[in-house]
Amino acid sequence: MSKITNTKPAQQSNSELLAHYREMRRIRTFEDRVGELYLRGESAGSMLHPSIGEESAAVGVSAAMREGDTFTTHHRGHGIFLAREADPNRMMSEIGGKDTGYCRGKGGSMHIADMTLGHLGANAIVGGGIPAVVGAALVAKQRKTGAVSLAFFGDGAMQQGVLYESMNMAALWDLPVVFVCINNQWGMGTRIDQATKSTQLHERAKAFGLNAETVDGLDVLDVVDAATRILDGARAGTPGFIAVDCFRFYGHGRKDKSPYRSEAEEIEGRAKDPVLHARNALIEQGISEADLDAVDSDIGAEMDATVDFTIKSGEPDLSTMFRDVFAPDQPEPEPEPVLMRIDRVLAKE
Amino acid sequence: MPKSAYRDVLKQALTDAMREAPDIFVIGEEVGRYGGAYGVTKGLIEEFGRDRLIDTPISEPSIVGTAVGAAMAGMRPVAELMYVDFIGMTMDQLGNQAAKIRYMFGGQIGVPMVLRTQGGTGRSAGAQHSQSLEAYVMHTPGLRLAMPATVYDAYHLLRQALTQPDPVVFIEHKSLYALSEDVDLSVLPPNWGKALVRRQGKDLVIVSYSRQVHYALKAAEDLAAMGIDATVIDLRTLNPIDFDTIRAEVEKTGKAMVVSEGVMTCGVAAELAARITEECFDFLEEPVVRVAGEEIPISVSVELERHSVPTPELVVSTAGKMFA
Repeated sequence: MSKITNTKPAQQSNSELLAHYREMRRIRTFEDRVGELYLRGESAGSMLHPSIGEESAAVGVSAAMREGDTFTTHHRGHGIFLAREADPNRMMSEIGGKDTGYCRGKGGSMHIADMTLGHLGANAIVGGGIPAVVGAALVAKQRKTGAVSLAFFGDGAMQQGVLYESMNMAALWDLPVVFVCINNQWGMGTRIDQATKSTQLHERAKAFGLNAETVDGLDVLDVVDAATRILDGARAGTPGFIAVDCFRFYGHGRKDKSPYRSEAEEIEGRAKDPVLHARNALIEQGISEADLDAVDSDIGAEMDATVDFTIKSGEPDLSTMFRDVFAPDQPEPEPEPVLMRIDRVLAKE
Repeated sequence: MPKSAYRDVLKQALTDAMREAPDIFVIGEEVGRYGGAYGVTKGLIEEFGRDRLIDTPISEPSIVGTAVGAAMAGMRPVAELMYVDFIGMTMDQLGNQAAKIRYMFGGQIGVPMVLRTQGGTGRSAGAQHSQSLEAYVMHTPGLRLAMPATVYDAYHLLRQALTQPDPVVFIEHKSLYALSEDVDLSVLPPNWGKALVRRQGKDLVIVSYSRQVHYALKAAEDLAAMGIDATVIDLRTLNPIDFDTIRAEVEKTGKAMVVSEGVMTCGVAAELAARITEECFDFLEEPVVRVAGEEIPISVSVELERHSVPTPELVVSTAGKMFA
C-alpha cells in the first residue's frame, strides 16, 4: 500500500496517507458489519473482539512488513489480517463459522489463519501465539530468507511470562522477530495501570536488549515510521518491540458496554481516532470531502457484499467434524464418534 | 547379537535421522554442550553443531512454542523436556497450540514436531521429577504418544516418530536408560501404532507399556510357576492405540489386567479398563482389574517410592486373586 513512486514528497505522503486511510476505513467498516451480524445472531461465534480504534496499529505496522514475513495475532486481530490482504469474504464467513471461511468454519474469529499470507494463526490464549514467531524466525535466519516474524498482542499479554521467555530467546539468538504490543489501555475490564506499575512498556523490551519504541497510534504515519525502524533493525539481526498507544472504542467483546469505564474516559479515548485523524489530515492537504465520502462508500459496498456472501454461505458439512485432528493416511486419522462406539458396544450378536 | 543400551540407541536414532533429514534439529535445556540431563544427546553437538543442537534458557513454554513455530515454518524440531513433570509448564503450547493447530486452521498445516521427555519412578527423584503423566497427553486430541519399553523400540519408535506429520510426545522411562538388550536394529519395525504380544499365554491378559512391561513379564514368569499362563501386551504407542490386539487377546482368555505407573483415577489404566469392559463384555469372566499408581505424590524414600507404583509382586498377587 506504500508502493508510491511520486517524486514530490508532499504528494507521496498524500497518496500514502490516502492508502492507509482506505485500509483503516476498510477495517472499521468490516468490524462494524461483522458486529451487526453478530448482534443480529447471524454470526456463529460467541466471541467477537472488535479492534475499532486500533486500526493505525494494524495498518501502520503492516505497511512496514514485506511479502514473506510471517505473523501471529491475538484475539483482537481482524484488522491485522485485513491489512495483510486477507479476503474479507473468507474472513467474515470464518468468523461466522461457515464452510467458505479460511478454516472451513472450525477456527472462527480467534483461530483464523492463512499460511499463504504468512498468518500463522490468531490465538485465544493471551500470549499464546508469541513463541511461535521465535520458531518461525529461527528458521528464517537459518535459511537466510530475509523474513521477519511478528507477534501482535495486546497490553494484557505484557503481564504473561511467555512473552519474556520469547523476548529473551529472540535477543539471545539475534532473531528477526518483532513484538508488537497494541496497547489499547484495557485488558478486558482491567486498565493497564490496574495491571502493572511498569506502564512504560518498551522499557521492559530494552532490558532484554531489543530495539524498542512506544508510538502514539493517533497518526498512522508515525506508526509506519516507528515500525519501519524496528523492522529494519530486526532484518539486520536485532529483534524489536513496538508499543502502539491507542484506545479500545468498544468493550472487551462486542456486547460488553464497558460499565467499568467512566464517560469522561470514553470521550477522551474516542477523541484519539486514527481514522478520523487521517481523514482530517487528507482534507487539510486538499482532498475533498466528497472524494473521501466516495472512498467510504466504495468500502461500504464492498463490505455489504461481504455480509451478503457470509449470510449465503453454508455451514460446514457434519462429515468434516472428525477431519483434521490428525493428518490423513495415518493410523486412526479420525477418532471414532461417540455414538458409533456406543452402538457398537451395545450391538447384540 | 550385540548388546545395546536404551540410552545409546536413542542417541543413535537421533543421529541417523539427523544425518538423513537436514530439517531435523534438537532444541531444549542442556541438550547441546551438556549432552542432555540423562546423556541421550551427548556428543551430538560435535557432529551437528549449535544450529542443530540448540541450547535454550530454562523457558519450557517457549521451548515448545518455538518448536511449534519452526514446525509450521517447515522444519522438524525435536524439543526436549527434561522431565515430563514440567509438562504443566508447557501445556498451553502443547495442548492449545501444537495439538489443535491442524484442526483449528481447517487442515491447512500440521505441526510435525517431537517432544522428547522422560518420566516414571526409580531414581528417588521426588514428587516433581518422578511422575507418569501420559494421561495428560492421551486426554488431548491431536497429540500422538509413544512410550518405548525395549531397546529396539527406543530406536525404532523414535525413528518413526520423526516421520509423523503430527506432534508426537515421546516419553522415555528414566529407569530404562541403562537397560541393555541384545538387539538387531536392522530388523524392520512393526507399523507405527501396532502393539506387540511380548508373551503369549492362555489364562490372563496383562496390558502394559513402558517399564511396566518388564514388570509384567517378570510377574508372568512367577505366575507360570503358580500354573497361571499370562499373555503380556506391550502397547508401544498410546496414540494411536492398537485395540484390535487387546480385544483379540482378551477374547481368548476372558481375564484382563491393565498395569500402569500413572495414578489410577482417570489414568491410562482407567481408560483401557473401561474400553475392555465395553468391547469385550461378553467374553469377560472377571472384572477388568487396574494395577496402577497410588493416588499420592511420589516420595524420595526408596521404599515409599517403590510401593507408590505397581511392583512385579503386586501384579503376581493381583493375578493370583483373579484365579482364587
